[in-house]
Amino acid sequence: MNLDMTMFHQAFFEEAGDLLADLEGLLLRLEEDPGDLELLNTIFRCAHSIKGGSATFGFTDIAHFTHGLETLLDKVRNGEIKIDRSLSQVLFESLDQMKALLSVARGESASAPDSSALSARIEAAILGQPAIVAAQPTLPKQKAAEEEGWGVWSLAHTYRLYFAPGPDILRQGGDPLLLLGQLGKVSDILSIVCDDSRLPALADMDPEACYLSWEVELRSDKTSEEILEIFEFVADDSEIRLEVTSETRSPAAAAPAAPMEAAPPAAEPVAEVPAAEPTPAMAPPAALPVEAAAKAAPPAEAQTLRVATDKVDKLINLVGELVINQSMLNEVVQDFSMAKLPRLIEAVAEMERASRELQERVMAVRMLPIKHAFGRFPRLVRDLAATVGKKIELKTSGEDTELDKGMIESIADPLTHLVRNSIDHGLETPEERRAAGKPEQGTVSLHALHEGGSIAVEVSDDGRGLSRERILKKAIERGWVTENDTPSDETLYNFIFMPGFSTAPAVTDLSGRGVGMDIVKQGVQALGGSITLTSTPGVGTTFRIRLPLTMAILEGLSLTVGNETYILPLTSIVESIQPAAGDVRKIAGRTEIALVRGEVLPVVRLYQVFGSSPKVTDPTQGLLVIVENDNHKVALLVDELIGQSQVVIKSLETNYRKVRGIAGATIMGDGRVALILDVPGLVRDTLSESAALAAAA
Amino acid sequence: MALEQTQFSQNDAGHSTDANQYLTFSLGDEEYGVDILKVQEIKGYVPTTRIPNAPPEVVGVLNLRGTIVPIVDLRRKFGLEEIEYNQFTAIVVVVVQNRVMGVIVDSVSEVVNIPLSDIQPAPDFGNSMNASTLQGMARMGENLIILLDIDIVLLGEPAPLALAA
Repeated sequence: MNLDMTMFHQAFFEEAGDLLADLEGLLLRLEEDPGDLELLNTIFRCAHSIKGGSATFGFTDIAHFTHGLETLLDKVRNGEIKIDRSLSQVLFESLDQMKALLSVARGESASAPDSSALSARIEAAILGQPAIVAAQPTLPKQKAAEEEGWGVWSLAHTYRLYFAPGPDILRQGGDPLLLLGQLGKVSDILSIVCDDSRLPALADMDPEACYLSWEVELRSDKTSEEILEIFEFVADDSEIRLEVTSETRSPAAAAPAAPMEAAPPAAEPVAEVPAAEPTPAMAPPAALPVEAAAKAAPPAEAQTLRVATDKVDKLINLVGELVINQSMLNEVVQDFSMAKLPRLIEAVAEMERASRELQERVMAVRMLPIKHAFGRFPRLVRDLAATVGKKIELKTSGEDTELDKGMIESIADPLTHLVRNSIDHGLETPEERRAAGKPEQGTVSLHALHEGGSIAVEVSDDGRGLSRERILKKAIERGWVTENDTPSDETLYNFIFMPGFSTAPAVTDLSGRGVGMDIVKQGVQALGGSITLTSTPGVGTTFRIRLPLTMAILEGLSLTVGNETYILPLTSIVESIQPAAGDVRKIAGRTEIALVRGEVLPVVRLYQVFGSSPKVTDPTQGLLVIVENDNHKVALLVDELIGQSQVVIKSLETNYRKVRGIAGATIMGDGRVALILDVPGLVRDTLSESAALAAAA
Repeated sequence: MALEQTQFSQNDAGHSTDANQYLTFSLGDEEYGVDILKVQEIKGYVPTTRIPNAPPEVVGVLNLRGTIVPIVDLRRKFGLEEIEYNQFTAIVVVVVQNRVMGVIVDSVSEVVNIPLSDIQPAPDFGNSMNASTLQGMARMGENLIILLDIDIVLLGEPAPLALAA
């Protein structure tokens, strides 16, 4: 095959990823309603599509594995096998195995767990059907393998295939060469004759039409259905005839103990390595092309974006509007006279509206519904519920709330941690719940909603709530509070975000493995968001994550220091005050502090941090902007506040490097660059400086 | 001089012709050249936004159609006497190792074809310039053109931009 299939790999990966996600949801539903035939059909189609795709694109180990699963599903669908707990488990494990194999194919992980044990269980499940065993008691496994055709080589049929593609096959994206190549993979081609008698004279020839037909003689262990499957997508327009010319038992049937000898002559290594086990084990040579493919197609999750067509259509309309607008403007400014001023103003206003809308729509292209992040939880909850022995219902709402694609990928991990946390620590055991007068089944809810210019995601449970006493005890142990302190709920609950904090009395399978709530908080903050929690003893706990809509836009306050303009992210600002004389003092002649309503805050003179020449050095002449990060507040001394605006975040690091105290840059209305302040960095630096000073003093 | 030699052969392999094109510009009394393939565009001087705590030769950043581009003053970089920017002052925007950066020069001269055979290894300039920043020297009629290895000038040793803060 000369065709470079790697160019389609990305599309296959995405499609397969989607199908596997669908499959997961479907399996979960199947568990609740095992008798739903429509559901079973959909599941079968899902598996079939994955198998077809992976076979087409050369991912033979996925195809082999999925084939076995498909057979099992087919039997389930036909009512030959009943769904029970263990079968359901096999299905879920198969799904995980397919995910693992797919991730290897993508080049995301080096190796997947060996499929053979699972394949054997699938095989066993297929064979578990008494009818088959009874019919072929002596060779049960072989019989099944024979039927599947992917296992032991036992029967070789010789076929004659007549394939005359329709004249439009090329125009419809089909490629006879590809199909014949595919045929070569599942069978031995004994002879192939191309019939070109229908080729017209060159002058009459339509270069996009297909005039050829083929007669192929081939030998294969596949059933005729399986061979015809290759032509599934062109069957409607093409003439395909397949007849069995002879049936020969291969040595495998005669000598089942030595299946290795069963390889037909000149077997292609990729698809035809005979498995030593009756199960479709992964043959080592089969792994090679996959590896090569993985190298050719880099793991490129972020490289493509599937966008709803209507979003693209709107963009195209807007660009059209802009072009019309531009010609209007051109017309107005040519031979401009004051009489045309109203039209100019109108045209500019129109342009502004269109470009603003264009910006919003372009941003929307990156927005995906948050259900992409929620999707993993039904499965997670199902598995965890079994592990911890609790009854849990998962409720989700607001799944259609849209969030930046990058954000969705990054928020999934913190959310997973919170959900695990709720299940492990939050929810009580059924006995405890009964004793507390609650229903045995606990509830974990995921809820997403728009909130002004940001998104809020809540993870809540109706469990036991946080234990004030236990947190307080731990906080005293760690020296965060003294015995006599009575911190507010808010302060106290926030301690669980401190590094190394765990209220769990014992390390369990789910938590206490070194990843704590501090990591969750860091993850959320890295996205420009914040996390808070509320908890009522005996009623439950709610974690609330607030996230900006996109990572590319930030609501900021512009301010000046000397001649320079900086942007301060609005989310970190607490307030700004003009200090009175005496509010700002020096401790030990060095560390400067501000007294703000009884609170003592370190003062950061921004002009000193940035080495700029200020207009204001006397705090009472300037402004103190109080910013907060991680429960620590500092007061930034600035010359003047200018105003609030939305700014587009640009990276400084792309072409330069990271700058202390600066989070990035943006472009102001006049085209000049303004730098965005890095509040967490500034706060951290200030605290460590004061600590160093205190230590030195 | 071994370093210059290897860089030559790399360039030699990179371009199939036996001559390279250079953009020449002046800086003080000297004429310099950079490989034209490194040059993205040339623009007149515009004020930049200062970056806090940047090395002295990095005068600031500029918005280049939405990209934030750091600007290096070559006079400062080479330790030459500073002059007022005037209407001839130009910013040569170059792409070095996937980074877009601008260098401020006194004025841009022309694009010249220099046969590789006309390029000689540069002598040591003493302390005013690190010899490894030079690809070589070329004689063009009366003029001597100093060919800069702009990657090393902007990113290599002693790299002000690669140093951690």
